[in-house]
Amino acid sequence: MTPIECLFKAVIDGDAKTARIVTADALQAGVPALDLVMEGMMPAMDEAGRRFECSEFFVPELLLSARAMKSALELIRPILAQTGAKPAGRVAVGTVRGDLHDIGKNLVSAMLEGAGFEVVDLGVNVAAEKFIDAVRTKDVKIVAMSALLTTTMESMRTTIEAFRTAGLRDQVRILVGGAPVTQRFADEIGADGYSASAPGAVLLARKAMSGTA
Amino acid sequence: MHPLLEQLLADGPVLTDGAWGTELQSRGLAIGEFPDSWNLTHPDRVEAVARAYVDAGSRVILTNTFGGNRVRLALHGLADRLEEINRRGAEISRRAAGGHARVFASMGPSGTMLMTGDVGADELAEGFAEQARALAAGGADGIVVETMSDPEEAVIAVAAARSTGLPVVACMVFDSGRDHDRTLMGTTPEQAAARLDAAGADVVGTNCGQGIEGFVPLCRRLRAATDRPIWIKANAGLPRMHGGRAVYGTTPEMFADHVPALLAAGAAFIGGCCGTNPEFVAAARRRLAPNPLP
Repeated sequence: MTPIECLFKAVIDGDAKTARIVTADALQAGVPALDLVMEGMMPAMDEAGRRFECSEFFVPELLLSARAMKSALELIRPILAQTGAKPAGRVAVGTVRGDLHDIGKNLVSAMLEGAGFEVVDLGVNVAAEKFIDAVRTKDVKIVAMSALLTTTMESMRTTIEAFRTAGLRDQVRILVGGAPVTQRFADEIGADGYSASAPGAVLLARKAMSGTA
Repeated sequence: MHPLLEQLLADGPVLTDGAWGTELQSRGLAIGEFPDSWNLTHPDRVEAVARAYVDAGSRVILTNTFGGNRVRLALHGLADRLEEINRRGAEISRRAAGGHARVFASMGPSGTMLMTGDVGADELAEGFAEQARALAAGGADGIVVETMSDPEEAVIAVAAARSTGLPVVACMVFDSGRDHDRTLMGTTPEQAAARLDAAGADVVGTNCGQGIEGFVPLCRRLRAATDRPIWIKANAGLPRMHGGRAVYGTTPEMFADHVPALLAAGAAFIGGCCGTNPEFVAAARRRLAPNPLP
């Protein structure tokens, strides 16, 4: 196997230790850092996401893959930074006001980090003002909101309205997700994207950064 | 088998209760408000929910203590009220039961994940043990560890519940996978039954996550995987949103139509979860007849 194939396999297998070793060796051997990301890690995360969507992977496998990727990315990020390459983007993630559930949010955060995004985790029970503040002060381009309860989904609507009132709606892409949330609800409240799963959230975030969502 | 369970099951399958959260909401619990705190602030209304289930024919009722473990209470700033919230929760249900029903106290998940390191196993174990002790002190007849997605967490909670000496029911929620027969963590009914059985649960089962029709195959698989009695608490379908409120599509009669199939699949305890109410219990009771009521 080539180093890139080894890295692909290590990320799929959720083997962080091997992913790091393979990455370090490959960099030493002169494999371009960007190739490791674009041809090894990204396809591996996509494949892990695909397996999750078709019930071959469940949350533990997905988390391990994201962790392996994040761990290998730590070696690569400084090198990419030197070459002037920018991180995938900065995302503020939070569970909306009134809702204290953080498992879904944490899964999305782990997947986003695995995919090279910088995550600003605002925690649970996040008020609209806190999301807005993150966009104002932390150079956040994407806001990802989570809600587990049918009773707290409405906080997503009020948060989006608050962005409008603050005159910031055009400066941020807003993604929503969580068990009771649907595409229809996302459209109704004027969100930019909805995903039913954590891997889907990564695809949305990528689209948002490329300006197609 | 635990003597209390033997006694309960002597006359055949046992009817349990339905949902609590939505019943409390219909009695004024605000959207987003933490239900368990009502054991302290509105004990009369909590008791009214419990009584409605006893009146509908529940022979086992639960308690308003689903979120009463330390990890979850801490999120609501109520960790210092743990003992009181749980003890009173058990006392309220006992009062409502009035000798006509047994009280199996509810212990729900922590809402965090061991695997992501957000909570440690020791912290979790202590948080559940404190809750279990308070529930026992309040006079619970048994404990139901319910809505668990992670077998590791379920096993920790079962151990905590068992330390009280009360009979312990352990249920997981199968809401993932193509056929909705896996937990969030990928656990199958067979794996769940084996783990919970080995952990010493007296009753093994499943609650929440899908409509009642999905519970028939789950019940059959659990039945085949363990000798313990099987506990089923099914949702009234999955919610649809209407004007900011969750609406469940299944009617009490539609729900009750599945009761015979669940009995045939080996269910020993039958009740409802999200979206059900005392009418569902009353409808299910008619299908459980001619089992005598106490």
